Amino acid sequence: MSRLTLLTLQILVAVVSLAIWYVFTTYPIFGKMLLPPFFFSNPVDVIQQIIKWFATGVIWKHLYVTLVEAMLAFVIGSIGGVLVGFWFARQPRTAAVFDPYVKMANALPRVVLAPIFTLWLGLGIWSKVALGVTLVFFIVFFNVYQGVKEVSPTVLANARMLGMNERQLMRHVYWPSALSWMFSSLHTSVGFAVVGAVVGEYLGSAAGLGYLIQQAEGVFDVAGVFAGMFVLAAFVIVIDTIVTMVEKRLLVWRPTVGDAKP
Amino acid sequence: MTSTGTTAPAVALNGVDVAFRLADGGVYRAVEAATLNVADGEFVAIVGPTGCGKSTLLNIAAGLIAPAAGSADIFGTRLADLNRQAGYLFQADSLFPWKTALENVAIGLETAGTPTAEARARAQDWLGRVGLGSFGDRYPHMLSGGQRKRVGLAQVLIRDPKILLMDEPFGPLDAQTRQIMGNLLLDLWNADRKAVLFVTHDLEEAIALSDRVVIMSAGPAARIIGDWRVSLPRPRDISDVKLDPAFHELHREIWQMLKSEVLKGYAQAEGR
Repeated sequence: MSRLTLLTLQILVAVVSLAIWYVFTTYPIFGKMLLPPFFFSNPVDVIQQIIKWFATGVIWKHLYVTLVEAMLAFVIGSIGGVLVGFWFARQPRTAAVFDPYVKMANALPRVVLAPIFTLWLGLGIWSKVALGVTLVFFIVFFNVYQGVKEVSPTVLANARMLGMNERQLMRHVYWPSALSWMFSSLHTSVGFAVVGAVVGEYLGSAAGLGYLIQQAEGVFDVAGVFAGMFVLAAFVIVIDTIVTMVEKRLLVWRPTVGDAKP
Repeated sequence: MTSTGTTAPAVALNGVDVAFRLADGGVYRAVEAATLNVADGEFVAIVGPTGCGKSTLLNIAAGLIAPAAGSADIFGTRLADLNRQAGYLFQADSLFPWKTALENVAIGLETAGTPTAEARARAQDWLGRVGLGSFGDRYPHMLSGGQRKRVGLAQVLIRDPKILLMDEPFGPLDAQTRQIMGNLLLDLWNADRKAVLFVTHDLEEAIALSDRVVIMSAGPAARIIGDWRVSLPRPRDISDVKLDPAFHELHREIWQMLKSEVLKGYAQAEGR
């Protein structure tokens, strides 16, 4: 399939979905509205709402807050995950002692922590950052742990025979291996950072995309809820594209699936 | 470093036993009472049936594992830690996948404190010697199996080790590539004649390359059961040497002994 055909078909899906949504919420079929506008709004109202947000500039503040929260959550969670992952992988006894507690903490649905974080850290950005950190940390931690553990024994033996000391092994073998595992989970961890931020905002805040959606929902403004969702989706796609670009640059040494040898 | 002079063998294994603890608590005796000397500048091949502990013996000489009994001496000095005078070419892929070919070759110098620029320049030179001068910026996954082995060879030789340990290095390659790699190895080795301990299951390859062929029995408790001197003239070309009548005579002689061991090895593998 050529690029152009693909793009045309992809746009077609959007157009058809919007058309169905519009028709079913605007025109009664057999004397009955299939999608009552009260619950489903309609595309025109939603687009108008989005345009209004951008025209007045309100949306930028909320986008900015969500972005800052997600980025802080990602950075702090990643640093914590890398450090603890390395520490546990190099100290099997420590890892064994903490193992049940790590599993327990990871099994806990993170949403229940949100009220506690709000209580501890207030309604500002830090309670959302904390929620995002608890999500990001475990993904990065497990990947780094695995990355250090699963260094090929042959590569490790080779590194030692080439005269590497502990510090050099860390830098030339363990670190790149752990990073490659971490980067392969970049999409997931960045996604979770955004989830943490938005869910946190939804549960109690004064700004952010989650706040915007929650406010609209509070007054049964369905168009506002849908508009918030679309902006959020676009926001996540932009971030994901950036992550893909970063990933391509950093993992240039890795074979991609279906990559033929020259 | 104490040395008893030039007369001490590069590698001396004295009555080496190797035992592994099994998961069920038992002990698997891989190698028993292996005694083997490799003189400085000598090319020795170890041949034996699959799973007889050839690689284990090499790991002892490299200092990667310690013998259960007996000892390994390197130029007359008891080996207690890693063998710092040896370069090791592994059977499996051992290049750093996150480094380019050039970085892979240069790393052995960089870890020893050579400045990066100089290490890179010498690595480029070595890539040229193994015929990959224009492949420096490729990552290992972009290279073929034979090319990866060439990079591995350069990676080991750039450090100029006194002893070269090779564990079926050309095992995974196709027949033609093996022959080309064999000739490349002989050319490089001819330049400075390091002591080489070369493990293989291919008797023809062993005879064509080496000065001595050592035969191991089938495991467990594998022993060294034969030691032949190969007096074919050097420098050799592998495809030519295989046409030499002396080669055939030797091959027939050694194969007589090896055959029964190979069959034993198969029988044990099936009985397992």
